[in-house]
Amino acid sequence: MTLPRLSGRLLALIAVIAPMLALFVYAALRSGPLAPIAVTVATVESQAITPALSGIGTVQARYTYKIGPTYAGRLLTLEAHVGDRVVAGQVLGEMDPVDLHARIGAQQAAIRSAEAALRQAEARRAFAQTQARRYEQLFAVRGTSEESAAIKRQELALADAAHVAAREDANRFHAELDALRALRSSLLLVAPVTGLVTARHADPGTTVVAGQAVVEIIDPARLWVDARFDQISAEGLAGGLPAHIVLRSRPDQSLPGHVQRVEPQADVVTEEMLAKLAFEAPLSPMPPIGELAEVTVQLPELPAAPAIPNAALRTVNGQRGVWRLAGEDLAFAPITLGRGDLDGRVQVRSGLAAGDRIIVYSDTALTAGSRIRIVERLHEETP
Amino acid sequence: MINLAGRDILHAWGKFIFTGIGLGLLIGVTLTMAGVYRGMVSDGRILLDNSGADLWVVQKDTLGPYAESSSIPDDLWRGVRTIPGVAQAANVTYLTMQVGKGEQDVRAMVVGIAAGSPGVPGWPPHLIAGRQITRGHYEAVADLASGFQLGDVIRIRRNRYTVVGLTRRMVSSSGDPMVFIPLKDAQEAQFLKDNDAILMQRRRTGADPAFNRAGTPGLLDAIVASQTSNRSVNAILIRIHPQFTPQEVADPIQRWKRLTVYDRAQMEDILVGKLIATSARQIGMFLVILALVSAAIVAFIIYTLTMDKIREIAVLKLIGTRNRSIAGMILQQSLVLGVIGFVVGKITATFAAPLFPRYVLLIPLDSIMGFFAVLGICVLASVVAIHMALRVDPAEAIG
Repeated sequence: MTLPRLSGRLLALIAVIAPMLALFVYAALRSGPLAPIAVTVATVESQAITPALSGIGTVQARYTYKIGPTYAGRLLTLEAHVGDRVVAGQVLGEMDPVDLHARIGAQQAAIRSAEAALRQAEARRAFAQTQARRYEQLFAVRGTSEESAAIKRQELALADAAHVAAREDANRFHAELDALRALRSSLLLVAPVTGLVTARHADPGTTVVAGQAVVEIIDPARLWVDARFDQISAEGLAGGLPAHIVLRSRPDQSLPGHVQRVEPQADVVTEEMLAKLAFEAPLSPMPPIGELAEVTVQLPELPAAPAIPNAALRTVNGQRGVWRLAGEDLAFAPITLGRGDLDGRVQVRSGLAAGDRIIVYSDTALTAGSRIRIVERLHEETP
Repeated sequence: MINLAGRDILHAWGKFIFTGIGLGLLIGVTLTMAGVYRGMVSDGRILLDNSGADLWVVQKDTLGPYAESSSIPDDLWRGVRTIPGVAQAANVTYLTMQVGKGEQDVRAMVVGIAAGSPGVPGWPPHLIAGRQITRGHYEAVADLASGFQLGDVIRIRRNRYTVVGLTRRMVSSSGDPMVFIPLKDAQEAQFLKDNDAILMQRRRTGADPAFNRAGTPGLLDAIVASQTSNRSVNAILIRIHPQFTPQEVADPIQRWKRLTVYDRAQMEDILVGKLIATSARQIGMFLVILALVSAAIVAFIIYTLTMDKIREIAVLKLIGTRNRSIAGMILQQSLVLGVIGFVVGKITATFAAPLFPRYVLLIPLDSIMGFFAVLGICVLASVVAIHMALRVDPAEAIG
């Protein structure tokens, strides 16, 4: 009886060969290009979505006051330092007046001289008036010649004119003194508003040109974000919309704000729209001017419509759409997209209805003939 | 009629199977090596597939953007967009660099994708988790091979990006995982110097009296700003209207815009023919050596197996078995050994392939060719053994 021994060997051989063959078939069919493509499926749901726009910008002061001399000159004193709080009207520094004091002194002397000349002219005029009146009376009784009377009248007219000239001269010198005093006061660097000194460009002794800023003052209560939004994703950006502002130095803090205005002029080179966003409340501590900020502008909620995750979108032959599951078969459905939100949900205008089953994630690109294997998720998160 | 080969295999099946498995591992290595080569070619093709482009517009006379560096102004796409036949045109940047996460960093190809929505050329065509980029800044979609997870914060130059989506098999032609970020960030990352370099540049510019003029306040600031901004991209990806041929669209761009344009076939030629040519030849050489070694080992094994039972063969001859039966037995054993080897090899290769750091593509055609090659080698190897067996003297059975 050799049969049982032989069949034992045969069984053992089969026990080795059979799993090997099974593995082989599995290997041939379940991996490589013949393997079905693992996909995840989602059902299209009608959802209301809240679109939002995302942009970045820098913190800027709404008003920056650049204070400098109106004439070229040398800086004499400058008391204001960066970080100082100043009040409106406070003298921050002074330009070197050079010869202005001497010129004011000269002007005052000139005024005194002009006033003396005026008194002289007044005396002359008074005497000429008296003389003229006396000769008129004498001429009336024929006590003098007509010529003498005419001479006195002319002398009076001349004295009048000389008096006017002297008076106006005095006025002119007064005005010139005022002008010099105004010039003198314009050499003072005065804070126009209550605010914060953010820059000090020159120190005493420096010669600065007319119009060059010596100190810069901002109003720390009036900060805004100069934000930029890519034009392609800025639909609906308008003034008054609520927004969240996240400063680069405070990534965990979302500050409330709103769109103050959208600039009528866009940036041609960078293809961005510009907008100014105001903070709802003044910040304490104040963020540095120029700090980077991420802004999210919240748009009004849209009415419910079929919505899909944007990961489901595919492009086939230049057409955008999704792979729809019709029973077990795959069919490409071209769709028109509406708005999307920042969490990746997009509304579909046409091409899909609520309740349709679509492919969201896939291991590789799909075609209409692809064999698919539906799984719960394609990627296990490693904790 | 008793199957001599079957009987003999059953007689010492353990030894036979183990020999087959040993041979199978060798065949597995050979198949894997072929898979490595296919994987390299596939990486190149997948790079082109993933870009979603029909045409690549690059700097004149360069092989950009994958094989060579190419730099074109970022507003050029508007002009290209107006060429008849262009359905979509989008800027793109590619830069292979270290991407940091915490303490570690990963070598990755950072792809800057134009603003818009999925479907714009350059965007990842499909994901395996998460979502596509929706914000214009500081979001990233990363390939699984980079090791990043959803929600990770990664560091590219000085900016931090949140990983919002994951892809699989989106790699550069050298196998580096791709990290997709918005174009504006990528432009900055590509050309942004570190803070020290910027400071030094500012100081140098400030020291130049031509730029730093006392009478012209603001000039220095404007020059520094223009030095630190970047308005370049590496290529423009074009998708054409179906009724145009690539050549019809490419010609006017080459002629009037004075740029170089590649179509899909040319790009594939650059990637497969130029970029990975040397490494492909290297692997091809190795493949040939492996095949030769496998053939030699199969011949040796069959020869030893036959020599082991030379006495039994002598007995067979003594009892008058026909030469055909003996030759058939050896040939059949050799073929069975080959089949077992191939099966084991295919299984090994399939299960080993995912363990490789780079993609290993096992295509059925390679397996079929491998199967017939193994059978051919086995037949050839058995010829020597058959020759030995037929020459054996029946007297040896007794002597």
